[in-house]
Amino acid sequence: MAACFRFFFRDPGMDYFIELFCSGLTRGAIYALIALGYTMVYGIIGLINFAHGEIYMIGAFTAFIVATVLSIYGFPLLAIVILAGFAAVIWSSAYGYTVEKIAYRPLRHAPRLSPLISAIGMSIFLQNYVLLAQTSNFLPFPELIPEFAFMEPIAHIVGSTDIVILITTAVIMLILTIVIKGTKVGKAMRATSQDRTMAMLVGINVNRIISATFIIGSALAAVGGLLIASHIGQINFYIGFLAGIKAFTAAVLGGIGSIPGAVLGGLVLGLTESFATGYVSSDYEDVFAFSLLVLILIFKPSGLLGKAETKKV
Amino acid sequence: MMATPILQISGLTMDFGGIRALNRLDLEVHAGEIVALIGPNGAGKTTFFNCLTGIYTPTAGEILLTPPGSTKNVSLKGLKPNHVTEKGLARTFQNIRLFSQMTVLENVMIGRHCRTKAFILGAILRNAATRREERQIVEMSYAILDKVGLAHLANEFARNLPYGAQRRLEIARALATEPFLLLLDEPAAGMNPQETQELDRLIKEISTDGHSILLIEHDMKLVMSLSDRIFVMDYGKKIAQGKPSEIRSNPAVIKAYLGEDVDA
Amino acid sequence: MLGFKEIKNGLLVSLWFVFLTFPLMVVKVDPVERIVRWRWENSLYVAIGTFAVFLLVKIIIQRRSRNAAVDKEAEQKKESFIHRVLASPRQKFTLIALLLAVAIVFPLFSSSYQTNVMTTALMYVVLGLGLNIVVGMAGLLDLGYVAFYAVGAYSYALLNHHFDLGFWAVLPIGGGLAAIFGILLGFPVLRLRGDYLAIVTLGFGEIIRLVLENWSEFSKGPSGISNISRPGLFGIEFGLDGAIIYIYYLMIVFMIVTIFIVNRLQDSRLGRAWIALREDEIACQAMGIDKRKTKLVAFSLGAFWAGIIGVVFAAKTTFINPASFTFLESAIILAIVVLGGMGSIVGVIFGALILILLPEYLRALSEYRMLAFGAILVAMMVFRPQGLISNIRRTYHSDKKFPSPTQQ
Ligand SMILES: Nc1ncnc2c1ncn2[C@@H]1O[C@H](COP(=O)(O)OP(=O)(O)OP(=O)(O)O)[C@@H](O)[C@H]1O
Ligand SMILES: [Mg+2]
Repeated sequence: MAACFRFFFRDPGMDYFIELFCSGLTRGAIYALIALGYTMVYGIIGLINFAHGEIYMIGAFTAFIVATVLSIYGFPLLAIVILAGFAAVIWSSAYGYTVEKIAYRPLRHAPRLSPLISAIGMSIFLQNYVLLAQTSNFLPFPELIPEFAFMEPIAHIVGSTDIVILITTAVIMLILTIVIKGTKVGKAMRATSQDRTMAMLVGINVNRIISATFIIGSALAAVGGLLIASHIGQINFYIGFLAGIKAFTAAVLGGIGSIPGAVLGGLVLGLTESFATGYVSSDYEDVFAFSLLVLILIFKPSGLLGKAETKKV
Repeated sequence: MMATPILQISGLTMDFGGIRALNRLDLEVHAGEIVALIGPNGAGKTTFFNCLTGIYTPTAGEILLTPPGSTKNVSLKGLKPNHVTEKGLARTFQNIRLFSQMTVLENVMIGRHCRTKAFILGAILRNAATRREERQIVEMSYAILDKVGLAHLANEFARNLPYGAQRRLEIARALATEPFLLLLDEPAAGMNPQETQELDRLIKEISTDGHSILLIEHDMKLVMSLSDRIFVMDYGKKIAQGKPSEIRSNPAVIKAYLGEDVDA
Repeated sequence: MLGFKEIKNGLLVSLWFVFLTFPLMVVKVDPVERIVRWRWENSLYVAIGTFAVFLLVKIIIQRRSRNAAVDKEAEQKKESFIHRVLASPRQKFTLIALLLAVAIVFPLFSSSYQTNVMTTALMYVVLGLGLNIVVGMAGLLDLGYVAFYAVGAYSYALLNHHFDLGFWAVLPIGGGLAAIFGILLGFPVLRLRGDYLAIVTLGFGEIIRLVLENWSEFSKGPSGISNISRPGLFGIEFGLDGAIIYIYYLMIVFMIVTIFIVNRLQDSRLGRAWIALREDEIACQAMGIDKRKTKLVAFSLGAFWAGIIGVVFAAKTTFINPASFTFLESAIILAIVVLGGMGSIVGVIFGALILILLPEYLRALSEYRMLAFGAILVAMMVFRPQGLISNIRRTYHSDKKFPSPTQQ
């Protein structure tokens, strides 16, 4: 890879392009991680889990707290990374599981908008819970990913963090695919998302499967939170809102309910944002994402990989 | 029967992805007729109604509606459901779709919507014309409820009605739109024999009032008693068409219905 | 009433929440000074709080299922006090007259500060009533309502700043512009499914805010626009205290007009169509209702009210910037409608007064304001989706022979 980059080494325009491309990929990978949570939950219960962005934020916060405490107590970097990642995944999953039980499960048969309103309430609640329990200030996130020496020659184009994020994301996607295609839980998930009543009739414990979906989605969001926080270097209680909306955009872009769609949508959104801010204007960074969201929903709500369907009457 | 049919369907086809739910169907309904549409579960009967009423856009085919006494026809293909209703075709739903948070009377009043005009200013100013119109909506809705035997329940919530009454309310609501052709999707489903008998009477009454009726029904006794003509379909295709007596003894129909009670 | 099993479950649940809240509520780190503070006492609070809430919820559920079992009908008949008052015209008018009298003398007995707070509450009442048309009646979850509010506010601020236009001249312009925005946005998005509509309107709201923040030549960016004129009355200018009282009375009038109009809309052909649309879109279309048009009217009428109150807001604070128009503002207005009761005019009025005045008067609570708003949205959906004061459907009677509907 390094050799391939060195090939373009002399051309500043090309360097800039590659830099944008890499940062777009990195962003996209993280959007994809969060988007998977939206898409899986949507596929299975048809709910836009508005609080998913907050689960990601809580993952980042938990990682921040654990990593900072451990570094104050003088743990080695590798232990910090592993423990912080572990804690983020555990607690995010626990929050995701609890949120579903409190705010969505009682509304399983309510009108369609009720769980969405409940989800918005949950999102606001969790944001302010973190704000009150911690702080409203931006907190510096410890550097968990060191600058690798072998990356030195191309460090000005692509950082070590980018590489770590891309590799981690790829590995996680692989594991997720194996889980969904190969394991019993994964099969039950696919069955439930196709026809919940039928799944129930063939003896699948639908509530357990829904909980499992929330737990997996939350764990992915936690990894995303950890990665992005160490990439950007700071966090606060509000980061979940924007990241959540963007990841949702990615999910819709790819076709909500479709897992490869979420990954594709994440990458497309990340690259679009990166190039748009790089070549057009950085003032409107978030406007690009929101406009893309609005345009996609208006003109192609089924997304790139989703199927348009006629509602059965 | 010599006049132009009020409803003329030719080559109606509907595909869902790879599934052909309706396969080149032709059907005519004449003024004053009661036509029954029967067929086993999943034959495509409801899909047929959905295509007529603009809820689905058919893949191919033509649907022409000619108001009785007129010679000019309109194509319903590609029209939105509300425009279809405006043209004089109303329907009920197999899976009851009442406005459950509204009262029985209000449900019928909704049916008057497309025949009335008051808008924002009328609503706010509540001028004489609006008040008159509201009065008429209420009176007419009461009259229709009375016809289906629900006037005494006018101010109950629709969701609190017993099942049979909900089906009749669906009919009342459709009647309020002043259709000349009424489509009923399994109006007797879930009714007990006595309720079904009342329904039989009600449908005949509606027919005498000058509404033509196209009816989907699984209750063969009701179908035989009501219909002038029967149209049988299976797997989206027409398999037979004719008078009740002809259908009763048609081997293709008996085969399609094997296991179902046809000679009741 | 509550057996050993509930107590045990309660303890398990509180243990779970102690675990759940451990990193965020117990540990607090200062990454600069490199200090860790362990706030163990919070675990205790969480445990006790969770246990209490758990038992409370269990008791509520038990009582509810028992009531339902004993007599479902009686439960429905047991109408709230407010419903009974509203049902009798005499009591209703006495109540309205009383409230009006209190509202009129209120500024005479209270400080400017309190009058100002009350004016804010009244503004939220009207915003709530406007959103109630969209969300409560027509069932369109509009999460970008604040964008229309911003359109109104910026219309006045900019027209006043550049062209020196007065409050009364801009009031209809602000409302009209917001309504036009509503139509422009509504046209493409109103055919979307409910949850997508919610997200698109949210996106639209954020786009408007971000544009206001970044397009400095137009809107002066994050620093906002100051020195906006207060409203006058036939050329009379008021001092600060006078203006506060004047705007207060203005809002009283606006609120009364709004209640009057919204009430009439609700009981009209249009209002019925909105509610039917909320209940079942497909049945509604099959009954001949033009879905697109009916939704568009609801959407733009709601936007119109937001625009009007936006103008009032700019005139009241004399300073606006994009920070006043965040998604949270939309969420607050939504919480008002949801708490009060979707589609219920009286409910929305109560909802606004509770949610705006309570945190203002109970200072200790104001810190937890947004936390409570979030919790309210969840709790209302789970326990009482019809809101505090549910809407009562109007009954109609015929002049003719039909047996009068049985009241029982
Ligand atoms: N929106 C849709 N998308 C995909 N397939 C559909 C849709 N609507 C109907 N179908 C399919 O079309 C076929 C016909 O269904 P339809 O509901 O019209 O049958 P029906 O004759 O009304 O049956 P029943 O007597 O059970 O009511 C079925 O196989 C059904 O699954
Ligand atoms: Mg059917």
